[in-house]
Amino acid sequence: MILLERVRKRFAGASAPAVDDVSLEVARGEICVLIGPSGCGKTTTMRMINRMIEPDGGRILVDGRDIAQADPVELRRGIGYVIQQVGLFPHQTIAENIATVPRLLGWAPARIAQRVAALLALVHMDPARDGRRYPRALSGGQKQRIGVARALAADPPVLLMDEPFGALDPLTRAALQDEFLRLLRELSKTIVFVTHDIDEALKLGTRIAVMRAGRVLQYDTPARLLAQPADAFVESFVGGDRALKRLGLMTAGAHARALHLPEHARRVAADTPLRDALSLLLDDAAALAVTDAQGRVIGGLSLETIRAALAPPGA
Amino acid sequence: MFLDAWRYAASHPQAFWTALGVHVLLSAAALAIAAGIAIPGALAAHRRPAWSAWVTNGANIGRTLPSLAVLALVMPLLGTGFAPSLFALTLLALPPIVQNTLAGLRSVDPDVVDAARGMGMAQREILRRVEMPIALPAVFAGLRTAAVQVVSGAVLAAFIGGGGLGDFITAGIAMMALPQLLVGAIPVTLLALGVDYAFGAAQRRLTPAGLRTP
Repeated sequence: MILLERVRKRFAGASAPAVDDVSLEVARGEICVLIGPSGCGKTTTMRMINRMIEPDGGRILVDGRDIAQADPVELRRGIGYVIQQVGLFPHQTIAENIATVPRLLGWAPARIAQRVAALLALVHMDPARDGRRYPRALSGGQKQRIGVARALAADPPVLLMDEPFGALDPLTRAALQDEFLRLLRELSKTIVFVTHDIDEALKLGTRIAVMRAGRVLQYDTPARLLAQPADAFVESFVGGDRALKRLGLMTAGAHARALHLPEHARRVAADTPLRDALSLLLDDAAALAVTDAQGRVIGGLSLETIRAALAPPGA
Repeated sequence: MFLDAWRYAASHPQAFWTALGVHVLLSAAALAIAAGIAIPGALAAHRRPAWSAWVTNGANIGRTLPSLAVLALVMPLLGTGFAPSLFALTLLALPPIVQNTLAGLRSVDPDVVDAARGMGMAQREILRRVEMPIALPAVFAGLRTAAVQVVSGAVLAAFIGGGGLGDFITAGIAMMALPQLLVGAIPVTLLALGVDYAFGAAQRRLTPAGLRTP
């Protein structure tokens, strides 16, 4: 769906390239997270996909089409765009803000009104009341909900998101991440998502590109990134607790084994992250009984089974 | 005294209405021409940071020049009469409009412009739908300042033969005729207050609801 081939960019006056020979492939329906320290080129890489920045070399294809051949304005209307500061138009109502791209595309007013109402409902806002309000009346979390709704307005197949939840408090951020994942289960989108928060990357990413000094060091699934970091930088970037982070991506159900369980073993549901199960085991229990949705015991977990879950396959 | 001024005006209706007409025409024309130059000029300068600094500095210098000095400087170059007065008053009206239009455009959050561009607005759509509506109150603040300055400054046009209500004032001073002086001074004062009020009201009405301070 999105293909970057040996893309390069050096800004005028800069001693080193901002993006240096980056190749990435994002399949339809995937979330590609670009992560790395400040100045690593992640935002520049993202902004080249809708030609907000023009690359010096290489090729970018969106849906098979070389974007260098496209009209930038028309290209951008077909790609959703969300930034950290949201950038809502302060002089327009929420409804008018969401209607931006449909209006640019010349939709009929009735169709726009219908679409705006549906989107407000989708992001948990009240279409009747909130549509008439102005951005200054909204909280940070509400503003970003509207930012996402505005990007989805014309139903673009591709979304570019630059630290959309970065300016929010941790609780609001987690809530919006959950909402966003739920939303994506309903509307399949191909997404390039920039963040500097590794936990956010692991939570949202189908695949994560770790960048440094304009280069992609590793482009892998969250599980493989944690299990097999490509080099020392990636290893330190994902954090000293990567074993725990890996356990956070695994579920009790997938790793339950036939164990001899004591009579009153503590029970955990199959969808419990192994990280939480480990915490319970360390707390008191010698073993945990894993139950399915009907409450039947399907197996057990001990410290040994959890350690085995972390072992590389075949070891 | 005021009664004498009233009697003077009533006994010279022709002269009074002509002077008032010239005064209003001179002010309105100067303001219109200045707006026609200053607003597009500020928009052009806003797009080019290198120009912007020059234009801002020029406007700052322009605002510090005394009105009378501007008229006096014009006279040796263009002579006397209506046209040189119009030229001088236009020069006087330019700086506040340029300054406020630029300030209004700069007050637009860069993230808002980035979002507009990223969603696929062309440059002129960004200007028309985003930058201008947000800058409009500031543009009107500039027009308001310029209008009041021009209405007051037009009094000085009398010195270079431009006509207007200033004729009564200069004549009144020259002949120590207080009533005649007031026939010029009172209408100019009312005119300036009225213009200030009208542009203030327009400024409030044109401020988008989302930008109004509650």
